[in-house]
Amino acid sequence: MPKDHGIGAPSKRREDVRFLTGQGRYTDDINLHGQAHAVFVRSQVAHGRLNGLDTTAAAAMPGVIRVFTGADFAGVGGLPCGWQVTDRHGQPMQEPAHPVLAQGKVRHVGDPIAVVVAETLEQARDAAEAVEVDVEELEPVLDMKAALSDGAPLVHDDLTSNLCYDWGFVEENREAVNAAFEKAHHVTKLELVNQRLVPNAMEPRVAVGDYNTGTGDSTLYTTSQNPHVIRLLMGAFVLGIPEHKLRVVAPDVGGGFGSKIFHYAEEAFCTFAAKALRRPVKWTCTRSESFITDAHGRDHVTRIELALDAEGNFQAIRTETHANMGAYLSTFAPSVPTWLHGTLMAGNYKTPLIYVNVKAVFTNTVPVDAYRGAGRPEATYQLERLIDKAARELGMDPIEIRRRNFITEFPYATPVAVEYDTGDYNATLDKLIEIADLAGFDARLAESKARGRLRGLGINCYIEACGIAPSHLVGQLGARAGLYESATVRVNATGGLVVMTGSHSHGQGHETSFAQVVADMIGIDENMVEIVHGDTANTPMGMGTYGSRSLAVGGSAMVRATEKIIAKAKKIAAHLMEASPEDIELKDGAFTVAGTDRSVAWGDVTLAAYVPHNYPLEELEPGLEETAFYDPNNFTYPAGAYACEVEVDPETGKVTVERFAAADDFGNIVNPMIVDGQVHGGIAQGIGQALLERAVYDEYGQLLSGSYMDYAMPRADDMPFFTVDHSCQTPCTHNPLGVKGCGEAGAIGSPPAVANAVVDALQRAGHASVTHIDMPLTPARVWAAMQG
Amino acid sequence: MYSVEFDRPATLEAALAGLKAEDAQALSGGQTLIPTLKQRLAQPSKLVSLTAIPSLQGICVADDGMLCIGATTTHATVAAEAGAHYPALARLAAQIGDPAVRNRGTIGGSLANNDPSACYPAAVLASGALIRTNARDIAADDYFEGMFATALQEGEIITEIRFPIPEAAAYMKFAQPASRFALVGVFVAKTAGGVRVAVTGASEEGVFRWGAAEEALSADFSAGAIAGLSLPADDMIDDLHGTPDYRAHLVKVMTGRAVSAAQ
Ligand SMILES: Cc1cc2nc3c(=O)[nH]c(=O)nc-3n(C[C@H](O)[C@H](O)[C@H](O)COP(=O)(O)OP(=O)(O)OC[C@H]3O[C@@H](n4cnc5c(N)ncnc54)[C@H](O)[C@@H]3O)c2cc1C
Repeated sequence: MPKDHGIGAPSKRREDVRFLTGQGRYTDDINLHGQAHAVFVRSQVAHGRLNGLDTTAAAAMPGVIRVFTGADFAGVGGLPCGWQVTDRHGQPMQEPAHPVLAQGKVRHVGDPIAVVVAETLEQARDAAEAVEVDVEELEPVLDMKAALSDGAPLVHDDLTSNLCYDWGFVEENREAVNAAFEKAHHVTKLELVNQRLVPNAMEPRVAVGDYNTGTGDSTLYTTSQNPHVIRLLMGAFVLGIPEHKLRVVAPDVGGGFGSKIFHYAEEAFCTFAAKALRRPVKWTCTRSESFITDAHGRDHVTRIELALDAEGNFQAIRTETHANMGAYLSTFAPSVPTWLHGTLMAGNYKTPLIYVNVKAVFTNTVPVDAYRGAGRPEATYQLERLIDKAARELGMDPIEIRRRNFITEFPYATPVAVEYDTGDYNATLDKLIEIADLAGFDARLAESKARGRLRGLGINCYIEACGIAPSHLVGQLGARAGLYESATVRVNATGGLVVMTGSHSHGQGHETSFAQVVADMIGIDENMVEIVHGDTANTPMGMGTYGSRSLAVGGSAMVRATEKIIAKAKKIAAHLMEASPEDIELKDGAFTVAGTDRSVAWGDVTLAAYVPHNYPLEELEPGLEETAFYDPNNFTYPAGAYACEVEVDPETGKVTVERFAAADDFGNIVNPMIVDGQVHGGIAQGIGQALLERAVYDEYGQLLSGSYMDYAMPRADDMPFFTVDHSCQTPCTHNPLGVKGCGEAGAIGSPPAVANAVVDALQRAGHASVTHIDMPLTPARVWAAMQG
Repeated sequence: MYSVEFDRPATLEAALAGLKAEDAQALSGGQTLIPTLKQRLAQPSKLVSLTAIPSLQGICVADDGMLCIGATTTHATVAAEAGAHYPALARLAAQIGDPAVRNRGTIGGSLANNDPSACYPAAVLASGALIRTNARDIAADDYFEGMFATALQEGEIITEIRFPIPEAAAYMKFAQPASRFALVGVFVAKTAGGVRVAVTGASEEGVFRWGAAEEALSADFSAGAIAGLSLPADDMIDDLHGTPDYRAHLVKVMTGRAVSAAQ
């Protein structure tokens, strides 16, 4: 019997009531009295020297309040980078300045040059067109390998090259890995591109800055996944506002997928301008603008090799990846191809020797940063495509070669610096074989063939590191922040309670699942628990939501705070019943003296806490409110096995996904319905990457796929029905809930399954030379591959 | 959008008068023009909506057997009502865009715009339809003049499209993955006078007739009849969704499928 409440119950998402009835309150819904509107003048060229800027005509236009330029920001800090990577030679990465508004040069189409603030949005738009920008076009740097060649133009004149860093991991293993390749029985090689993606959250970014002349306080309303991080970065590094004079509010946020982690120029601008103009300043991104300003994702070009012995045992892995940083370092950009990618190159397999080389490169393109999965999809895609190719070359079954190399004993320390606490990869693979009905594949293959379609089956496994992250560890790796999480549990006199969490929900359903946890711990109705998030004024310092960390880290903080509440409540109950606190048991919302029928209700205790007439005031403070900070001591390691079946139209190359199955191990599950939804969304995004999405620049650095006319987003009718299962559970060993995180798994695990399936379909149809097709596997590409 | 004057007259005469103003522009379903205005890519002084003019609306069969569709008839109406007379045309309309686009967008707007990837131009050209305007009748063969270019004069309004109904016909669209316009669309119509094959989405020159296929299919109306043909890729569009070779190949595949579907 599935539970109907508490941990493990598929409780309906309470936040959907407001989202589905149009009562969500998004940043663009916030309109402040007297607000002015900002429109950005952006670079139309990829690379250029700013020789002059004439704002006279614009400033004289109707309704214009002021035109801001880079000169206004000369005394203001640049946008900071939150992670410093150390290169193979022990040197820090090259870290260019990232001005709020361009200083002297523009470095990508969309780079902000000036901002018009006017009474109305239309007036600001009109005046923005009247700003005259004198740009001397420079040769753009677009291709990563060309960017590193001698004599390539420099994206940043003050750097010695376009190389951000050349990272080796683990550098000490380099020679041993090379030696293993020398004596390998077989080496499988693959070159591939993990294409650049545009995040495309449904809600575009918005910022509203406000300044209170009476108190001197600044407030920023913004579409953020982590308001405290924005407050810290913007306050301390950009504008010099102490945190106690700066409030950041991220209300309902319509999707982020990573793109709303980062601190953007527009946020700093609106906060700055509100103070300068003494009135609120609002900016709402248009969809066209979001294509050229939201940090993009992926964009890796990789060569990977696998050394095997005669039995198909993995001996060593060696990779070289070029990772595009774009024109500037976005907030967490340097960490994505390194610590979120290199550390996952072991996958689910006991390969003893691994060496990962990553060259991060500056180009005249939109900055690239974390996007759903961030580094882990890139690692998984390489590895799982490569293993499929190796199996084919050795004539082995793709399932058998994986099983043979699975890690089966835990904890397991990988050669790439992480320790998997627990897992059971055979269990998820067995489950996959069952739910994907692999036994029925041959019949389906024959049926497709009868209809003139090529059918293929793709299998892969994945592992990811979630629950980001142990602060002491990431500190050693270059993070300039801690990655704990926080929660305050405030119990009210009548027994209801509010949890103020540093996590941020932008579609994940925290308001439901977090409430389930606390209600379950106390034994009260979920509706007695309210979850508050997204406002630095009423939540404790938290690091926000990304890296599938909210339940594993934020939820753990909440559990710790609730444990403190329960401990104190037991003392109060003991006093009320004249018993010893050690003898008090809490069950179903009632405190009982063990072994007796004496009990007091939860509400009696909470009332006593706030109306302390009969209360041990000498020993215990009144009130019932506790805060906890939780810093994990390891990552969590969700893992699973995915299967995709495709059909290919042999005449047109069009691929349709016919079946998709996912068997995931997320440890314990709080709300299985929400987990299903997270996996569905992730798979849809992964199928989108595999078959449809691609950001393409032309040779001038113009984004060709800069609208939905050319950037293909996945739609419902591109998807099959998904079969997902998360009954294989090896609970996380180091957090109190035993949870691992499920937000990114679908996007990490699904692209290789689709690509493997398409290659399988073509191989079965006799296209023996087709061993790889780069994503997206568009009809045109698949057809071209079939032409040989 | 720049601010613009808006007029919604009830007669064709009033509309024509309104369009005489400098930089005035006709507005039909707005599914092409409104996005263009929102992007500030056009700045008409005045929009003259054609959608309140009763004589430009609706579907009927004329005494000469022609299917007559008023210029402001929406794609959704064609999809719902033209099927009894010209099923292939109704099916084409049902595949344009999404429900919102079909409920607003019109056949006249589509033909006036002549997007190289639009669907209707293929039907009109393959059917040998007549484009009737306030001033004249224009034969389909004389109407399309390349990407976004037509025989319409400044201020000329399409009032009606008159389709001869073929013996058999079908449209096969291979959707561009992002926009879902035609990456390649082929309309095949078998008439008493022979077979006509019109191709959209593929050529730099806009919609065109594939003469070699018409000849082969007029002799033998079967998919096999075009097996030996190949279309030169020279004028085909090259973009991120397909190479000229791929498009030329798709034209042949879609032609074959259209012929089979028309059987
Ligand atoms: C999301 C989306 C998807 C789409 N998908 C497809 C598709 O798959 N296939 C396809 O073919 N099309 C597609 N379209 C285009 C759609 O069919 C448009 O409706 C059509 O191209 C224009 O018709 P309209 O009535 O909206 O014209 P409008 O946008 O109102 O006008 C277009 C142009 O025609 C002029 N005009 C309009 N009516 C007349 C007239 N009677 N006489 C003279 N000039 C006139 C206008 O001045 C303007 O220049 C899509 C559009 C969108 C937004």
